[in-house]
Amino acid sequence: MAAITDPATEWELAPPMSARLRGSLGATYRAARRDKVLAASITVLLIGLFLAFFAPTLARTDYERTDPVNRLLGPSTDHWFGTDNWGRDVFDRTIVGTRLSFLVGVSVTVVSTVIGVSVALVISYFRLLDSIIMRVVDGFLAFPTILLALALISLIGPSVGNIIIALSVTATAGKIRLVRGAVLSLRESTYVEAARAVGVPVPRILMLHVLPNIVSIIIVQATFTLAGAILAEASLSFLGAGVPEYVPSWGNIIATGQGYMQVGFHISFFPGLFLTITVLAVVLIGDSIRDHLDPKLRGRLKTTAHS
Amino acid sequence: MAEVLLKVKNLSTLFRTEGGVVKAVDNISFEVRAGETFALVGESGCGKSVTALSIMRLIPTPPGEITSGTVEFDGIDLLKLRNREMRAIRGSKIGMIFQEPMSSLNPVLTIQSQLAEPLKIHMKLSSGAANDRAEELVNMVGIPDARARLQQYPHELSGGQRQRIMIAMAMSCAPRLLIADEATTALDVTIQAQILDLMQDVTEQSGTSLLIITHNLGIVARYADRVAVMYAGKLREVSDASDMYAEPQHPYTVGLLRSVPRLDSDKGAPLTPIAGEIPDLTDLPDGCAFNPRCPWAVERCFTDDPELEEISTGKQVACFEHASVALHD
Repeated sequence: MAAITDPATEWELAPPMSARLRGSLGATYRAARRDKVLAASITVLLIGLFLAFFAPTLARTDYERTDPVNRLLGPSTDHWFGTDNWGRDVFDRTIVGTRLSFLVGVSVTVVSTVIGVSVALVISYFRLLDSIIMRVVDGFLAFPTILLALALISLIGPSVGNIIIALSVTATAGKIRLVRGAVLSLRESTYVEAARAVGVPVPRILMLHVLPNIVSIIIVQATFTLAGAILAEASLSFLGAGVPEYVPSWGNIIATGQGYMQVGFHISFFPGLFLTITVLAVVLIGDSIRDHLDPKLRGRLKTTAHS
Repeated sequence: MAEVLLKVKNLSTLFRTEGGVVKAVDNISFEVRAGETFALVGESGCGKSVTALSIMRLIPTPPGEITSGTVEFDGIDLLKLRNREMRAIRGSKIGMIFQEPMSSLNPVLTIQSQLAEPLKIHMKLSSGAANDRAEELVNMVGIPDARARLQQYPHELSGGQRQRIMIAMAMSCAPRLLIADEATTALDVTIQAQILDLMQDVTEQSGTSLLIITHNLGIVARYADRVAVMYAGKLREVSDASDMYAEPQHPYTVGLLRSVPRLDSDKGAPLTPIAGEIPDLTDLPDGCAFNPRCPWAVERCFTDDPELEEISTGKQVACFEHASVALHD
């Protein structure tokens, strides 16, 4: 068998963890080379992450200090995105806002995925618990996300932590619903029955036989959660239920600009553009991952790789 | 006569469905002796698989429920065991092979990790020892290049190879009983024969009893020592395999044998299928469930349900008219 001695395909046949990681990074790189949209989306996200980490050092002005003399200036070489109604630099405030967006987005995604997946795995094996939790989940899902988040924040007070909590609640409910469905259908599969027939205990079946089979669903859903959370945070800040006004967030910069649309269109425009591009990039990456994880499509890629 | 390994007595399993209660297995009793190959035959939906799953206690509850009976395995009633004790028996004392080799293996795990799993769980082997043993097992079931195979994923193997892996897995902890539930139905005939030969070889070598569940009378003829014929949840005839072919005593068995071609029958003679259809299990006819399709049925068959009774040594039949039933008119 040539395939076994061929070192290029070795990782595919014998994947220890590090090699598997290298393999998936390599696969991502190869996919990105073929798929221009994916490449662009990943680039956008990397830039976003870079800004989120280094925004305070990149900012050329004190983004919290007001400067009424230079208020409502249009874009120029001094102020790339112009200034707002208090004379603060919109470019600086926008890139600093990236931090909050990514922080909230990533936190909500991680929290909701970890809790949602764990709960779904556990309740899929306890009928009574399942019916109770699912009714609660139904209750949460009956509310529009923003409305529920608004209600929660008015209850626990606006702060970054509370925004994350409020958005995580609804995102988790959605996760539980999705993963539970997948687990229930997998539980009926022959290989899970076969695993039970060799005496594998339930927790081990869940971790070893069920979880790896739903990873693709979880990853894809996570990208949509990320996009949704970034958007939701901006909406909350726009509505004034998010972070305080002096902390820059895409949402509240847009809200500020709203009152000056005719004289300072740029104030809302640039953070809006950032928001749109980021969300679009995340969603496109999600789409792309879904295509690549689709077993039918993957089968086709495999055959071409082997030929 | 060898000792009795598995003794199923008055086992009943029913499913509560929206359409009513289905008695999938209705008060059946049979014995599997140590080292023998026992076949359970019958058409689809007659309760063969439910019998196997009941023995393994893998009936999904609800809707299914084992309502009565005992399943004595090596002197222990499996139905009375705690879940944990039952889990220790599954895979170690009783192995099971399922119908679909294509979906019996987890697509995201390597063959090695799946083969090593029962070894780690039941024999408490270390990963290294389990992997070595897994390699031996793959060799045992006749797959070449075992070391490389172990690192592959199920989709890289053919159906026959996957079923060989399933056999290796089922035999990994040297079980006393191997249950093969339609294990070769999804494979083509040549592979079917190879897999069955393999199962016979490995079970014979280790003295394991083999319980074959099938609708294929050819398999029964070639591999089984004894056979039980099942119809609508009940056993209708239990006998030595050779006896059953020579002298079937139940009208249903006769019907089955008449509907398969035989090399010794007249050339061009038409096959006679069994008239009618399988009855609705939620609404069985009164008396013997086979009466609407039975050419020998007498008045009594429509009111009373015959019990399985021993008519000669090693031969049990559930039919009032068994004396007049014969394969050839």
